[in-house]
Amino acid sequence: METLNALALLGNFLIVPGITYGCQLALGALGITLIYGILRFSNFAHGETMAFGTMVVILVTWGLQGMGVSLGPLPTALLALPFGIAASVALLLLTDRYVYKFYRTQRSTPVIYLIASIGVMFLYNGLIRFIIGPNDQQFSDGSRFIIKAREFKQMTGLDEGLAIKTTQGITLVVTVVLVIALFWFLSRTRAGKSMRAYSDNEDLALLSGIDPDRVVMIAWCLTAALATIAGTLYGLDKSFKPFTYLQILLPIFAAAIVGGLGSPVGAIAGGFVIAFSEVAVTFAYRKVFGYMGYEVDGLMQLLSTDYKFAVSFAILVIVLLVKPTGLFAGKSF
Amino acid sequence: MGWRGAGLFLVMICLLGLVGFVQSWPLAFTILNLCLISAILSLGVNIQWGYAGLLNVGVMGFVALGGMAGIVVSMPPVTEAVQAGGGGILLALLIALVTAGAVWAAARALGGRLRMLAVTVILIAGAFLARSVFDPAVEAIEAVDSARTGFLGGLGLPILFSWIVGGIFAAGAAWMIGKVSLGLRSDYLAIATLGISEIIIAILKNEDWLTRGVKNVTGIPRPVPYEVDLQDAPYLIDLADRWGMSIVDVASVAVKLCYAGLFLAVLLIVLWLSERALHSPWGRMMRAIRDNEVAAEAMGKDVTARHLQVFVLGSAVLGVAGAMLTTLDGQFTPASYQPLRFTFLIWVMVIVGGSGNNWGAVLGGFVVWFFWVEAEPIGLWLMDLMTSGLAEDSALREHLLKSAAHMRLMTMGAILLLVLRFAPRGLIPER
Repeated sequence: METLNALALLGNFLIVPGITYGCQLALGALGITLIYGILRFSNFAHGETMAFGTMVVILVTWGLQGMGVSLGPLPTALLALPFGIAASVALLLLTDRYVYKFYRTQRSTPVIYLIASIGVMFLYNGLIRFIIGPNDQQFSDGSRFIIKAREFKQMTGLDEGLAIKTTQGITLVVTVVLVIALFWFLSRTRAGKSMRAYSDNEDLALLSGIDPDRVVMIAWCLTAALATIAGTLYGLDKSFKPFTYLQILLPIFAAAIVGGLGSPVGAIAGGFVIAFSEVAVTFAYRKVFGYMGYEVDGLMQLLSTDYKFAVSFAILVIVLLVKPTGLFAGKSF
Repeated sequence: MGWRGAGLFLVMICLLGLVGFVQSWPLAFTILNLCLISAILSLGVNIQWGYAGLLNVGVMGFVALGGMAGIVVSMPPVTEAVQAGGGGILLALLIALVTAGAVWAAARALGGRLRMLAVTVILIAGAFLARSVFDPAVEAIEAVDSARTGFLGGLGLPILFSWIVGGIFAAGAAWMIGKVSLGLRSDYLAIATLGISEIIIAILKNEDWLTRGVKNVTGIPRPVPYEVDLQDAPYLIDLADRWGMSIVDVASVAVKLCYAGLFLAVLLIVLWLSERALHSPWGRMMRAIRDNEVAAEAMGKDVTARHLQVFVLGSAVLGVAGAMLTTLDGQFTPASYQPLRFTFLIWVMVIVGGSGNNWGAVLGGFVVWFFWVEAEPIGLWLMDLMTSGLAEDSALREHLLKSAAHMRLMTMGAILLLVLRFAPRGLIPER
C-alpha cells in the first residue's frame, strides 16, 4: 500500500507532468532540428514563432467563443489551430523570402543566419507584444480533468491522488499523431524523401534534380505547423505569456542538441530526456521517502525550481563534453 | 579612422550638445556617461565578434557578473552575517570543489558503465552533502537584519578595484564556457552563452546571501563626491551665478563630469590596447582565423586555443564595463538585466558601428545608445503627431500610444536586419 502511494505520488508530480512537458519540448525541438537539417542554422526565432502561432490561435478562439462555438469537453483552441498554423506558415514564408533567401543566394556562413534569426526574433517579439500585449492570457475551456485526484483516491482507496488534466491527455494524443504523421511523411512521400536527401548531402540532392526552394518551403511549413501546435499545447497546459516562450528556447535547444541536431528521432528523445531531468531534479522527494519508510527532514530536493533551466543547461554541457554530436548522431532524418 | 570617422564623431558631439541646449545639461551628461560605458561594452563584443567571428548571445551574463563585483568589492562587510554563516558557505564551496575533483578523477580513472554510475553517485552525494551545510548557513545569513542587510556584504575596498575584479569574474566564466563549447559548431557557443547568461541572472536574483537578490543592493560607495556636498562649494556657486544656471544643475553636471573622466580614461586604455592588438601579428592571425579557419589551421595555428583566448579577453572587457555600470548607478538590481538591453543592443552597436573596427565599435556605442535613449521622446512625439487626426478618446489612438513602448523591440530587430543586409560593414568599415 505504501509503495503504491509512493508510486501514485511520483506519477502525479513527476511522470504525468514529465510526459506532457516532454511532448511539448519534443515538438518544439523537431522544428529546430528540421530547420537545422535543411537550412543548417539554429533558429533563435523559433520560440517567438511558437508564441506567434499561439497568439493567432488565441485570437481565433476568442472569436469562436464569442460566436458560441465549442467542442464540448475539449478546448475550443483545437478548432482554431488550423488558422494559427496558416498564419504562421504565411509569416515564416514571408520571413524566408525577405530575410533568409538573400543569405542563401550569398551562401553566407551559419553565424550570419543566426544573427539574422535573432533580428527576426525581435521583430516577432515586438509584433506579438504590439498585438496581444505582454500579459498572461487564459484561453483554455472545456472540462479541466480526465481523472480528478479525488476520484482516483475513491477508486483505488489510496491516500495519494493522481490527477490527469484534459490538456495533458490532449498533448500526448496530438504529439503521438503528429510524430507518426511526420515520420510517415519523411520516409514514405516523395517530398519527404527529397528533404532527407537534401539534408544528407545538398550537392548530391541538387544534382539529382531536387528543387532546393521547394525543400526549403516545405521545411518552413512543417516548422510553422509544429511550432504553432507545440506553442498552443504549452499555452493550454500552463498559460500564454509571450515572455515564457523566450525562456523555453533554452530547453528546446538543449533537447535538439542532446538528441543530435538534424535528427528528428533525436529531437523527440532529447525532449523527454530534458523534461524528465528537469522535473526529477527539482522534485521534492520527502514524501516519497516517507512512504518508503524513511522519515527525513528537509525537502530532499536536489535543486530549487528557480534553477530548473539550469538542468537543461547542465545536460547540454555534459553532452557537449562527452558526445558533441548528440545521442542520435549521423542519422539525419 | 579617417575623415569619415572623425566627421561622424563630430556630429555625435554636436548631437549631445543639442540635447544640452534643448533638453538639459545634466541629461546630456547622463547620456554621455552611458555612451562611454556602451562604447566599452561594444569594444568587448567587437573583440569577440569583429576579430574572431565568435557569437556571444550571453553578453548580459558577463556584464551582470562584473556588476556583482561592485558589491563584493565595495560594500562594507556585514560582520554579524559573516560570523553566522561565512564558514558554512566556505565549507559548502569546498565540498563542491572536492566533488568536482572527485567527478573529474572518476571520469578519468574508470570506464564504461561503471564511470556513469560512479559519476552519478558522487554528484548526488556531493550535492546533498553540500546542501546540508549550505542551507543552514544561508538561512543564518539571511536572518541577520534581513530588511537592511541579510547578505554577507563585501570587502569594503574602494569601488574602483571592482572594475578589475569584475573583469576577472567575467573572464573566469568565459573560460569555463569557452572550454566546453569552443571547437565545436559555431551554434554551440551561441546556445551555451545564452544558457550561462540566464543562469547567472537566476543566481544573482535568487541567492540573497550574496547579492540580496531582488531586494537589490543600494547605496554602493562612490568614487566621486556627492552632489549635496558640492552644492555648498563656493567656486561652484560662483560658476552657477556666472552661467545663470541653478546650483543643483551645476553640481549634478560636475559629478557627472567626474564619472565621465574616469570612464573616458578606461575607454581610452581599452581602445589603445585593442588597436595595438588588432594591428599586431596577433591581430592579423585572429583575422586570418576568422576569414578562413581551415587555412589558418593548415598553417599550424591552434584555432580553438586562439578562440578561447579572444573570447576570454572580450568577456573581461564586458565584465569591466559591467562593474563601471554598477559604479555609475550606485546600486545593483539583478532584475534590471534584460537581454534586449544588455545583449542585443550591444550587438546592434557593434554591427551598426562596423564590426572588426575598434573606432567603429566606439562610434556605434555612442550612436546607438543616444538613439536608444532619445527614441522614446521622438517615438511618442511621432505617434502623437500621426494619431493627432483621431479623436482624443479614440480606442485606436490609445492602443497605439500605449504600444509605442513595444516599438523598441521591433525597431532593434529591424535595424539589425537592415544593417546586416544592406550595410554589413557598418558606419566605419574595417580596413
